[in-house]
Order: sequence, then structure tokens, then C-alpha cells
Amino acid sequence: MAVVTQSTARFAAGLSLLLLAGAFLVEYAPFADIQPIRMLFGENVLNFALRAAVPLILGALGGILCERSGIVNIGIEGMMLAGAFAAFVAKNATNHWALGPSLLLGTCATLLTGAAMGLLHALFCLRFGMDQIISGASLILLSMGISATFFDENTVAVGKLAPWPVPLLSAWPVIGPLLFHKPPITYVALLAVAVVGFALAHTRWGLRTRAIGEHPRAADTAGVAVLRLQYLNTTLGGALAGLGGGYLVLEAVGQFQEGMIAGRGFIALAAVIFGNWHPVGALGASLLFGYAQAVHNELLLAQAPFLPRHFVSMIPYVVTVIAVAGLAGRVRAPGSLGQPYLRETEA
Amino acid sequence: MGAVLMAVLGHNPWEAFTGLVAGSAGTAHDLATTVRKTSPFVLTGLSVALAMKAGLFNIGAAGQFLMGSVGAVWVGIQFEGLPVWFHLPLALAAGIGSGSAWGAIPGWLKVSTGAHEVITTVMLNYVAALFAGWTVFAGSTLSTTRPGPLWDPTAGPVSVSPDVLASARIPWILGPSLRIHWGIALALLAALLVWWLMERTRIGFELKTVGAKPLAARYAGMRCGWTTVLAMTWAGGLAGLAGAIETLGVHHKFAPEFGGGVGFESIAIALLGQGYPLGIVLAALLFAVLDAGASKMQFDSGVPSDIIQVIQTLILIFATAPALATWLLNRVSRTQRAAAAAPGLRA
Repeated sequence: MAVVTQSTARFAAGLSLLLLAGAFLVEYAPFADIQPIRMLFGENVLNFALRAAVPLILGALGGILCERSGIVNIGIEGMMLAGAFAAFVAKNATNHWALGPSLLLGTCATLLTGAAMGLLHALFCLRFGMDQIISGASLILLSMGISATFFDENTVAVGKLAPWPVPLLSAWPVIGPLLFHKPPITYVALLAVAVVGFALAHTRWGLRTRAIGEHPRAADTAGVAVLRLQYLNTTLGGALAGLGGGYLVLEAVGQFQEGMIAGRGFIALAAVIFGNWHPVGALGASLLFGYAQAVHNELLLAQAPFLPRHFVSMIPYVVTVIAVAGLAGRVRAPGSLGQPYLRETEA
Repeated sequence: MGAVLMAVLGHNPWEAFTGLVAGSAGTAHDLATTVRKTSPFVLTGLSVALAMKAGLFNIGAAGQFLMGSVGAVWVGIQFEGLPVWFHLPLALAAGIGSGSAWGAIPGWLKVSTGAHEVITTVMLNYVAALFAGWTVFAGSTLSTTRPGPLWDPTAGPVSVSPDVLASARIPWILGPSLRIHWGIALALLAALLVWWLMERTRIGFELKTVGAKPLAARYAGMRCGWTTVLAMTWAGGLAGLAGAIETLGVHHKFAPEFGGGVGFESIAIALLGQGYPLGIVLAALLFAVLDAGASKMQFDSGVPSDIIQVIQTLILIFATAPALATWLLNRVSRTQRAAAAAPGLRA
């Protein structure tokens, strides 16, 4: 396990370094004006890659919290959609407020709604004995139905989160604008990776979470309240995934559209698996998938004549399939993933 | 349950309900609409259920449906002068074939690399939607992208295929005015075939064993990998047939927006039917009634038709979590008892 974790972390670090090195090259090397290189490593494409990666990072962290506790979560897509819609509703209802409080309210709404979705998932799976995969699917259906019913296409939310430059750091060449001149949810996502990664590995909560995901009976015997921790983690995970959806409305786009999640929840799930259920690994996977989306975007803007745009748009999805398929035997899911834990007295 | 939901939203549930019934069975025409909507639901529901029997969660029915539509139209718009008895089966077979091929990919990926089918099928849905969009793409004056191979040049800027030749259309059952076609018979036949396959053949038994007890199946010498691919291929074929029937029977041409409406519903139908073909036919009928009645309901009572999706999800949740229904009923009876006891106490 440790070896695998190291290799995913190494992948994340390697990919980030490669992209940064490319960015420095574009900035300073004499051949930087060659268009394909600018397209692959320019500031634009890297900025966009991070932008596209943020919802995946948050969704994947939500998935990790849930799955490391032993509960399968294919409903990330639904949690993100619910979070996005809640953000839009709250933002829209307070359009007449000052921008700051209105956005803050949107953020709270998105966190609470995501948490509610997570709690619902836990209730379905743990209390009402629903199959975990079916519960995930019904979360998606539920949020699709509710958002379609109540979404009014004529409403327009005004304004979105602006970048908060970090003093001093944002003045650095290349790295500054790429990493330290971003709107707040982006910082939150990157910090959350570090926090969840550290907490999983080094705190009592993390040890217990890993224990209930690997072997709930053993954890229960050792005195861990298995179900309570599963409820807690699934709810927290839901809040993170919800924020991933809220990010799209509050920070990236500023509006809500039906179908705006566009499979990001499932790509986040792929990032969970590709990152071997580890936050840093998921960060690397999210960056990879975000980068695929950014390249796709650049190719569309460049109107590459050799490829119809439909095929260019397939890139992010195909990259995800290849990534998930290219991992034979190299990842390992938590031991009790998908099996509901029943105490013998209850069974 | 649905009534409570609507009452909460401030609509008259009775009006909505009568609208729903009238819209699905009020006139011969409405009844015909319900029947017409039943066949794709039956087939995609069967598709999901068959894969589920083999332990696979096929979220890819939408993509397989689209590929089936494209395959059927591709054959249906050419080969002028063929007799109906040859051209129509050929077009249907093309739909089944392309749906099967699309379904086989995630099956093969799962067997050869372990890639989880939930992720690959969803990603392939997006790829299929883009591919199908490209085949009838009208081209663009803004870029140099050329029109797709199945685009109808006489349609101008509209992305649509030419009409399917008369010899490849599924004939109407009671004349063209009611618009019921023989596709419903094909769907019922397919349900019968799936039942026979699963309950009366060796391969069906192997498929169920692999799904229910993979280790036992392996010890018994069954070819688990091959069975997985086969199940996904058949599942894809069923969804592909649904797409073929919709294009050859209802629309008589293909446009990208015809794929809608068979996404996650198919999962709900398969689960509601408990995986049994007869149950799936009934569940499909229920969903068709809801779907057909939805627009009438919106017209009569102002309840937005999208709410049907919420109701369908609630049906799914209550069907797959029986503990939830029992818990709710207990709650209700307890409050009633408390209410009955209260006046006595006061007196």
C-alpha cells in the first residue's frame, strides 16, 4: 500500500513539475513562439487546466472521504449538481445584496446542500439498507429532477468570485499568476488536499477512518463507533463534492445551466481510483484530467482544421477511459468497500 | 407521495393527477403515445437488468442507444430498391450491431484491465453523443470543419440526417394517424427472449452465477471474463435496438437531440422491475404513463412536467429501500395514534 501511495504522489508531483517546467520554457526560451508549444504549455492552457481541475479535486476528495470509510459513492455527480444548483438559487435570491455577502451565502448554501446529499447517501445505505451503487444513482436522478423542475432559464445571477492575489507570492514569475492569483475556492481546494491527506495519514480520525474502510469489524472490536464515523465522513464528503459543484456557479461560470456538471462527478470518481484513494494521487489525476480539458479547449480555440470539433471534444472523456484502463493491478480499493457493515446482533 | 410533493409546491394534486391520467390514456391518441413510449423503456430497462444479472452496472444505455440509432439510420438511408423484408431487418441489425459493439468496449476494458464499468460507460456516453452529433453535423461557415457523413445537404444549416427510406421504416399498427408501430411487439419479443436466455439456457445460468457468486463461478470452471464481455455486448445490443426502433419507427431520421430520455430512467426501470423481464415491462409501462401524461399535467394544472422525474426517483427509492417505507409508515401510524390520544388526555 505504501509503495503504491508513493507512486501516485510521485505521479502528481511529476506531472505538476513537467507542466511548470514547460511554462518556464514558454516564458523564457527562444523557441517559445512555436505555436504548438505555446498551446501545450502556455500560461493560458495551464490556468485553464487548474480551473478545470478544481471541481474534480473537490469531487474526488468527497469521494475519498466516503470510500475510505467503506461506502461506494458513484453519486458525486449528483452531489455536485445539487451543490451547483443550491449556489445558484441562493446567489440569485440575493442578487440585490452586495456581492460579497451574496457569494458567501451561495457558498454556505452549496456546502449545506452537499452535506445534506452526503447525509442522505449515508441514510440510504446505512439505515435503510439500500444498495450503495443504487443509492448513488438515485442521488444523481434526484438532483437532476429537482434542478430541472425548479430551474428558471430566465433568471440570471449577477457576479462571481474574483481572484484574491496572495501578497508577495503572486508577483513571482510564472508561478505567481498560475498559483497565487486565484479566486478563493481554488485555494480552498488545494488546501483541502493537504488537510485531508495529512489528516488521513496522521490523525486519530484518519486512522479510524482507514480502519473502518479496511476492516470494520476489527475497528468495532477496538471500540470505534463505525456507523457514526461513516455518517460523519459521508456528510463531510458530500459538502466537499457540493462545493465542487458550487465552484462552477460561484467562481468559474457565474451561472447555472442544466447538464453543466457534464460528467465531472464521474471524472472525479475516476480521479479517486486513478489516485489510488489517496488525496495527493487524486490531485495528480485531477490535474491530468483538467489538463486534458484545457488542451481540448486550446484545440477548439485554434480551430485545428485536421480534426472536427466533435472529436476534439472527446479528448477529456477518452483520456479518462484510458487512465482508468491503464491501471491494471496498480491500485487497491479499501478492503470493505461496498459491503455494508452489520453488527452480528443486528444481522 | 407524489401528491404530497405537489401539494407542498402549491398545486392541486387531484388536478395534476387527472391531467396525468388523461394525458396518458384519455383519448386513443394519448394511449398510443403511451404505447409508443413504452418500447424504448422496455428495451433499455432490459439492457440494464441483463448487465446487472451479470454483476455489472451499465450506465451506458444512453450511449448504446445513440450508436444504435446512428447504425440503423446509416443503413436506412441507403440501398434504395431493397424489399422491406430485407432492408428493415438489415437496418435493425445494424442498430443492434453498433449498440453491441459500443457495449462490448466497457465489458472488454473491465475484463482486460479492470477498469470500472460505471466510469467507462458514462464516459462512452459522452463520446457517443459527440460521435452521433458529428455524423449529422451540418458543417460550419465559421470554421473549415466539413459536414458529417450522414448529414442531409437539403436541410441547410440544420444538423439532421435524410429521411429513412420507406423500405426501412417500421410499419404502423393501426394506420399512420395513431402513430403506434410494431416496435412494441419487438420490445415484448426481446423481453421474452431475455427471459428464455436467463432462465432456460446454460449461458444464462453462467451469467447469473458470475454475477451473484464470482468466486464460485470461477471454481466451477466458468469463463468469467468471457461472460462479462458477452453480458455487456447483449446489454448494448438491447439498447441499440431501442435506438434503432426509435429512429426507424418514430422519427424516420436522426438528429442529435433524439437521444434524450433514455439516460438514467433505464436504471430506475430495471431496478423497479427487480430484474425480471415481466416486471421490467410493467415498470416501463408505468414510466411511459408518467412520461406521456406529464405534458398534459403541466397544461392542466401548471405543475412543471420535469417533476415527473422527481416522482420516478422517489418510486425508485421506495422500491429499492423497503426499510424506508416501513419506517415512514411506522412514523405516520405513531403520529396518528398520538393525535388520537391527545384529546383524551386533555379531557
